[in-house]
Amino acid sequence: MKKQFVSAVAALGLLATSAASMAGTLDDVKSKGFVQCGVSTGLPGFSNPDDKGNWTGIDVDVCRAVAAATLGDASKVKYVPLNAKERFTALQSGEVDVLSRNTTWTLTRDGSLGLNFTGVTYYDGQGFMINKNLGVKSAKDLDGAAVCIQAGTTTELNLADYFRQHGMKYQAVVFDTSDQTVKGFESGRCDVLTSDASQLYALRIKLAKPESAMVLPEIISKEPLGPVVRQGDDAWFNIVKWTLFATVAAEELGVTSKNVDEMKSSTNPNIKRLLGVDAGQGKNLGLPDTWAYNIIKQIGNYGEMFDRNVGKGSALGIDRGINALWTQGGLQYAPPIR
Amino acid sequence: MAKKTIEQEKSKTKFWNDPKVRAIFFQILAIGAVAAFFLYIINNALTNMEQRGITTGFGFLEDPAGFGIIQTLIPYDETYSYGRTFFVGLLNTILVSIMGIFLATILGFAIGIARLSQNWLIAKVASTYIEIFRNLPLLLQIFFWYFAVLRVLPSPRNSLSMGEAVFFNVRGLYIPAPITESAFIAVWIALAIAIIIVIGMYRYEHKLQKETGKTFPLFLPSVGIVIGLPLIVFFLAGSPMTWEYPELRGFNFTGGITIIPELMALLVALTIYTAAFIAEVVRSGIEAIPRGQSEAANALGLTNGQRLRLIIIPQAMRVIIPPLTNQYLNLTKNSSLATAIGYPDLVSVFAGTTLNQTGQAVEIIFMTMAVYLTLSLTTSALMNWYNKRIALVER
Repeated sequence: MKKQFVSAVAALGLLATSAASMAGTLDDVKSKGFVQCGVSTGLPGFSNPDDKGNWTGIDVDVCRAVAAATLGDASKVKYVPLNAKERFTALQSGEVDVLSRNTTWTLTRDGSLGLNFTGVTYYDGQGFMINKNLGVKSAKDLDGAAVCIQAGTTTELNLADYFRQHGMKYQAVVFDTSDQTVKGFESGRCDVLTSDASQLYALRIKLAKPESAMVLPEIISKEPLGPVVRQGDDAWFNIVKWTLFATVAAEELGVTSKNVDEMKSSTNPNIKRLLGVDAGQGKNLGLPDTWAYNIIKQIGNYGEMFDRNVGKGSALGIDRGINALWTQGGLQYAPPIR
Repeated sequence: MAKKTIEQEKSKTKFWNDPKVRAIFFQILAIGAVAAFFLYIINNALTNMEQRGITTGFGFLEDPAGFGIIQTLIPYDETYSYGRTFFVGLLNTILVSIMGIFLATILGFAIGIARLSQNWLIAKVASTYIEIFRNLPLLLQIFFWYFAVLRVLPSPRNSLSMGEAVFFNVRGLYIPAPITESAFIAVWIALAIAIIIVIGMYRYEHKLQKETGKTFPLFLPSVGIVIGLPLIVFFLAGSPMTWEYPELRGFNFTGGITIIPELMALLVALTIYTAAFIAEVVRSGIEAIPRGQSEAANALGLTNGQRLRLIIIPQAMRVIIPPLTNQYLNLTKNSSLATAIGYPDLVSVFAGTTLNQTGQAVEIIFMTMAVYLTLSLTTSALMNWYNKRIALVER
């Protein structure tokens, strides 16, 4: 009897010591052989599966870039589709290694969720989509409107702020996924659909009659969308952060997936450092010196990612706008890779 | 001290060999181990969350929520706190559960009895109903009512209307709202008095029947009193009530009472689904009554209605109540599927939006689970009380 008790106490003690172990995510990823990446449940341009289950989009490209940097192979990604409500818990509990799912960077999220935003993949803002035959020209005419919205987003809060600020009333019809939100809008449950402007264009394509809807000119908020990692693993945080910077730096330097091999023999020391030709920077991140080369070779630079998924080369056709390089009047800027 | 007395009483055996002492010891040990396990889990979670910089505690309940909710039974806007969203969601859950239980019970009993009807057509219709709705997943039925049925209604500008007072469109059902003046209180008092009179009448009739065997008609007079008396008072008091009619202003109807389509779809789906199960419960309860009871009732010359109401149902209730309680609990828990169509119930508002805005999953899920547990235990306590009351009293 005594023995049993002692062993029970010992068992509890064992459990207690095994608690709170936080292994390095990089080591985890290396031993698993793939990056577990949290994406959306389907948003064209950002993360969207095709009929064969292949994921594409700018957020997906970030996942692939991380895999290219850490494992040398962009295809070694496992995608976990998450809705807005599930995403943070999935990351907190370790279900995904990185969350790249059109997620807005806010102070509360950065400060109280135990998460870190690693940068901005896409500078967005919240807008409104309405049915054309309502005859509304401005968001300020929306007093009394019913608004379809996705649950668990910053959009919900911005919407309330905007209507209160302008002394207008609204009815929020809240859905779980963006598909249901679109369905609600399409069937006339609400007058307006509100979401990040980029999403509005993407969702508009999904409508049965895209030309029946229009996006209002007002942008009512700042929505910097970026990848998120768990707090407390600085090495992994750095890797994801610099993966993104590497793609921007490549665009700044004119390195693309097509010319990256020729660029290896470039005389520009910045390009040489980036591609790991000499004095590669991989070791500072715990990666091989070819990390950036792998990213650019397999995914391309930021400009290529943008054009292919959301820009002129895609169905969305969104202008670079503030997502252009800083040298071209935009906000995308990479700190020096040296 | 307990040890001592046992030792004194059973001085022959050592106290640790006493089976009673051993049993108690092991039970304490088991409880202690379970408690230690849970304490450990909670502590572990708290430490881990602190280490990862995740905010914990219930302080967030006082922070302003900052988001809108479409249906609120208590005053609410964006400036209210997260704690308030909890109550808004809770009340919406309770609203749909109580209405669902009420309607499902009526429909279920009707169909359960219809299934036993001598009329071939009625019996077949009832059993077809049961087989269809019992065997389709509830979520699918909710989607059906929401997306397939209610979505095809016209837009607000082309609403179906009844006399410019009731409007029905894709945004919901709009009905006039009664605005009562202070004198309206007299009508409530009249209603209360009417109900007391009716209860008195029933008691008197019961007594009269026991003593003399005579009865007198009750149903129509009591309906007359309950409706008539308040109505008379209403007109005597000078009709102290006006109606606020819904009106199309801008995008939507304002004024009056709005019943949102999410509530309608959820309520209809929950009612129809649960009623199918209740019908089966009722049928099994009635079939559990020995045939002799019916035959005896017929022999006494009771009508079909009397036979059901006085002989069969009271006895069948004893069999019906326990599984019926299950159905009520299921309905309450199933109401959380509301989140799929955007009805602002507790899971959608509190365990959905609030959870996401604050990120405090552990606290919020804990509170939500506690609510469903409390609701279920309350329902089951009420039903157990009722079950005890109608239980067979052996003489």
